[in-house]
Amino acid sequence: MQGNQAGQTDELVLSVENLHIEFPIYKGAVKALNGVTLQVAAGEIVGLVGESGSGKSVCAMMGMRLIPSDSYRVTRGTIRQSGKDILALSEKEMRAIRGSEVSMIFQEPMTALNPVMKVGKQIINVILQHQSISRAKAREKTLGLLREMYIADPERVFDSYPFELSGGMRQRIMIALAFSCEPKLLIADEPTTALDVTVQKQVLLLLRERARKTGTAILLITHDMAVVSQFCERVYVMYAGAVVEDGLTRDVIKQPRHPYTQGLLAGLPENVKPGTPLKTIGGQVPDLAQLPACCSFMNRCGRKEYICRNVPDLLPLTSDPSHKVACWIVQEEDERNAR
Amino acid sequence: MRAMVASLKHRSSYFWYQLRRSPMTMIGLGIIIFMCLSALLAPVLAPYNPDVINLRARLQAPSMAHFFGTDEVGRDIFSRVLYGGQQSIGVGLFVAFVASFIGTIIGCFSGIFGKWVDTIIMRIMDVMLSIPSLVLTMALAAALGPSLFNAMLAITLVRIPYYVRLARGQTLGIREMVYVKAAQTFGASRRHIVQWHVIRNALPPIIVQTTLDIGNAILMAAALGFIGLGAQQPTAEWGAMVSAGRNFLIDQWWYSTFPGLAILITAIGFNLLGDGMRDMLDPKQKVK
Repeated sequence: MQGNQAGQTDELVLSVENLHIEFPIYKGAVKALNGVTLQVAAGEIVGLVGESGSGKSVCAMMGMRLIPSDSYRVTRGTIRQSGKDILALSEKEMRAIRGSEVSMIFQEPMTALNPVMKVGKQIINVILQHQSISRAKAREKTLGLLREMYIADPERVFDSYPFELSGGMRQRIMIALAFSCEPKLLIADEPTTALDVTVQKQVLLLLRERARKTGTAILLITHDMAVVSQFCERVYVMYAGAVVEDGLTRDVIKQPRHPYTQGLLAGLPENVKPGTPLKTIGGQVPDLAQLPACCSFMNRCGRKEYICRNVPDLLPLTSDPSHKVACWIVQEEDERNAR
Repeated sequence: MRAMVASLKHRSSYFWYQLRRSPMTMIGLGIIIFMCLSALLAPVLAPYNPDVINLRARLQAPSMAHFFGTDEVGRDIFSRVLYGGQQSIGVGLFVAFVASFIGTIIGCFSGIFGKWVDTIIMRIMDVMLSIPSLVLTMALAAALGPSLFNAMLAITLVRIPYYVRLARGQTLGIREMVYVKAAQTFGASRRHIVQWHVIRNALPPIIVQTTLDIGNAILMAAALGFIGLGAQQPTAEWGAMVSAGRNFLIDQWWYSTFPGLAILITAIGFNLLGDGMRDMLDPKQKVK
């Protein structure tokens, strides 16, 4: 494995272009994704943050095309994995990709393992599905994987049922499973939400270490800004099914440009003086079934102007092309300042 | 290997622990073991050949020579009840296991595939379920021709929809579990998901249903035997014996009573075991 560091290779393992997805409902459609553009390069760890209902998980599921195909419509946009347009692949071709090129870790380690099968057997099954090696070899490989997860007694864990293991241990097994076929991309959908803080850190460090070793890129979906600032090189902020800000983590955290990101970060307990109430963003997320044809954040934004009646595009700032913002006012200001 | 033996030992000891906590299940299991053993050991235990006619000893009341008395051609009813157990219990086991095996596979695939496959399969099953099961069994058995084997096939066919419905219901729940989604993210095919995830997790209620169904199938086989569509003379079978003894019931009560009691006791045994299994396999009642 080449030691892929962020930015060293230009190969994009995941590239979502202006993706619009809607779920048809009675008399209308829920517009879950409204122009998501995101890219993950090989070996990179990218964060995807946003509040509940902002479309993070739909993004993750679409990255693996896990949603039943008759329940959604792609109205615009493409999803490419290592150059392949996965929306055009057959179910069979998609199956060959899942697990070997992309894999996924779920939020609930408690229910993500089959309760009536021993852990070892579950890992062996996944390995045998993608690699034609003997069962004994697969067993050896499984034990190796478990050892790499810093599991003290891999033989015992191998012969355990999931209910005999703790949440952190199960999440480690999920990580071992996800890495078992050395995928190019790992989509981690809130992998640490169900774990307590110390275990959370161990699991994240483990994820990062494994990713560095195998050159796997990680798309880390979370709503925890602290996790993003520690583990991600770049971050995408989602709001109402669209990416509103995109940039290097330190830029976004230190100098959030989009009013929504500013509101999010201002609400963190560490940014508020003790004894004063936490800051919140007033108003509510718009109803995705009746999305107005204006900036989706307009009704909650403190800076709305006439131009906000049009939907803004995600454009790079003139002062810093690596930082992209979907806000008319910020774009205008930045242009004025740069001139 | 040692771990496997240890885990097997652990599991079987846990099984016995659970069993001891439920006396009714123990009684059920005891009855079943007793009935199965006496049927299997019939050649050793039976004092007479069940099919040999002895016209000098017709319709004798129970005595030390003939424990359960004799029938109208002088055959020993005790021996016939023992041998009849082979037929009746055999039918019960065959029907329950074959029907649950086929029904579970159909049901799980139906639930996983969904869409038109599911619709077609379930509508066929609905049609089969809409006809009273005994009437359908009789019609099938009559169409196939009266013999014990055909009766068995008929009962099996009629029992399949119950398992399909049960397995499909389980599958619809399991399908939404995170571990099935996770298996999909690792590239598992539908067959793999059914084989490794769905069937294994759907099994507990199906095991219960199967156990309860053995008694049911024995009753059905007896019912078919009673109306002449099951076992044919001279084969000893409990239902057919009850039927034959019906004409002598007023004066020779023992003729129908003993095979009838055998049916009753065996059915009770399987029902007790089934109920006990339900309690044991219900995770909500699991005590460590």
